[in-house]
Amino acid sequence: MKILTGNDLKTGAVTWWDGVQWSLHVEDAVDVGNHADTILARETAALRVNGGYAIDAVKDAEGVRPDHIKDRIRALGPTVRPDLTLKPADPDAGSWVI
Amino acid sequence: MYKYDQYDQAMVDARVEEFRDQTRRRIEGHLTDDQFKPLRLKNGLYLQLHAYMLRVSIPYGTFDSRQMRKLAHIARTYDRGYGHFTTRQNIQYNWIKLQDAPDILGELATVEMHAIQTSGESVRNVSADQYAGAAADEIMDPRPWAEAIRQITNFMPEFSYLPRKFKIAVIASPVDRAALRWHDFALRIVRNDAGEIGFEVYAGGGMGRTPFIAHKIRDFLPTGQVFSYLQAVLRVWNRHARRDNIHKQRMKILVHELGQEEFARQVEEAFEHFLPLGQDIPPAEYDRIAAYFTPPPFLDGLSEEIDLSDPAFAAWVRRQTVAHKAPGYAIANISLKPVGGIPGDISADQMDLVADLADRFSFGEIRATHAQNLVLPHVARQDLHTLWQELRAAGLADANLDLVTDIIACPGLDYCTLANARSIPVAQRIAERFADLERQEDIGELKIKISGCINACGHHHAGNIGILGVDRKGTENYQLLLGGSGDEETSQAKITGPGFDEEGVVDALERAVEHYRAVREPGERFIDTYRRLGMDGFKEAIYV
Repeated sequence: MKILTGNDLKTGAVTWWDGVQWSLHVEDAVDVGNHADTILARETAALRVNGGYAIDAVKDAEGVRPDHIKDRIRALGPTVRPDLTLKPADPDAGSWVI
Repeated sequence: MYKYDQYDQAMVDARVEEFRDQTRRRIEGHLTDDQFKPLRLKNGLYLQLHAYMLRVSIPYGTFDSRQMRKLAHIARTYDRGYGHFTTRQNIQYNWIKLQDAPDILGELATVEMHAIQTSGESVRNVSADQYAGAAADEIMDPRPWAEAIRQITNFMPEFSYLPRKFKIAVIASPVDRAALRWHDFALRIVRNDAGEIGFEVYAGGGMGRTPFIAHKIRDFLPTGQVFSYLQAVLRVWNRHARRDNIHKQRMKILVHELGQEEFARQVEEAFEHFLPLGQDIPPAEYDRIAAYFTPPPFLDGLSEEIDLSDPAFAAWVRRQTVAHKAPGYAIANISLKPVGGIPGDISADQMDLVADLADRFSFGEIRATHAQNLVLPHVARQDLHTLWQELRAAGLADANLDLVTDIIACPGLDYCTLANARSIPVAQRIAERFADLERQEDIGELKIKISGCINACGHHHAGNIGILGVDRKGTENYQLLLGGSGDEETSQAKITGPGFDEEGVVDALERAVEHYRAVREPGERFIDTYRRLGMDGFKEAIYV
């Protein structure tokens, strides 16, 4: 599947396109098919995302998982600071990245 | 240390307001990302993996307790309670919000700090020996010249729109603690046969994807002519730079392609043009700057003797302190490399503590090192035990300076958009593997440097053992390099062979270390043994 990611303009937070708006959680990301450019152009112009781009991902029972490790780290947070990730209470969250 | 005059302060304050307006226009949509990006980079603001990252300049690594407290305040108020000291003697924050950036720069300006030229195609933060002004082996304090160069290169248009970034270092000791020859332009203060002070000049060094060690292009340059000479160097580079190819724009490429002699000839030719223009720093202006670097009021008659009966304290003194030029004083290094920690990271509380300790024991002065540690430069030896106890209580008393666990590592793929692999976990695994201090001491000096991509922010080319993280079909892979050095016998590390996964590279590194222990001669450091024996034996040990 193709999903969209970028950063919030004001905060820089990593965001994912959920079909309606930008979510902080990659599990909300939806397949945009071949509409990536159209959505990104519209959302960028409306200042709702900064530096947006499309990536490959897979969806399985555990949710949406970006293909590349860089985007998985973006989705979770730094593997070396679990306390600063989106799942600070989950000690195994880092294994999802690797 | 240097204090802003009204002109410095006015320029920095104006720059804050200029950036505040630029940020407002970006947030309101009057500037596109393409338009705004070069403006924010001029102010040290990057967009990294998780958020904006702000890199704050610490000129030649010198700052004071007041500035450290402000850095702690920023970490606590605008970031997530910590900062990261970099390999360019700067500090960076990883979780900055764009909307806060102008306020942060405003806060920095109140303590004479800024983030100008910590990014972009400009003269970057001028680096220097972290022991400057304290080292027993220096000819003079190199910081007045580093500060003079900072003043003439900050804001000057010709130095702000260069073909690529440009890095300068200044030292004044025979021992190189600043990786001098890995810089684009480097000055070593020397004394000539007539006893005059001048610069030995090096040009064309740099790491990155195409590493080169700088060549000496002049044996002796009178100090008062340095601005003309620097202009000449930049003029030659500007004239020939490959602006059509980002990978060939650094000055090191030009020096390599022209050749050292031809580059130096053209510089001398340009120098002859600039010198008569009278643009060099007048002696009175140098004296004004130098006055700020007058040594602190050291006490006379302090004893060199201290009680070393506590083995842990004795080990810390032996490893972390260095001879000071003033009798009864020592230079105290503070390790930011606890085993299992993140190299260069420091919490806001630790920053405040270091500021307090600097006030109590080091005339308020602090230094940041390119090896991502801190220094209290002027500590009375009789205060070392109290200092050590307080550092130990805060987790800052590791006795591992220049040992196998004192690892330089870039932020890597955990934070950086450019990275191909994570650096920090590899550093942590190595430090855990060699955690035993007795084993570290037995191994002796061994500088490990890890970069998460070919941009080499972790200085892997200069590592006695270097590690380069690469992306191999979407998987992290690590190349091992041997034989690099950033000291006065600068050398470039060479790749050993095929790469390893994260666990494999730690094992391979350990095999290299054990080979060294098996074949070393008495007194040899790792780098000495490598230079004596070469790569082959190490390679056999690594790829068993």
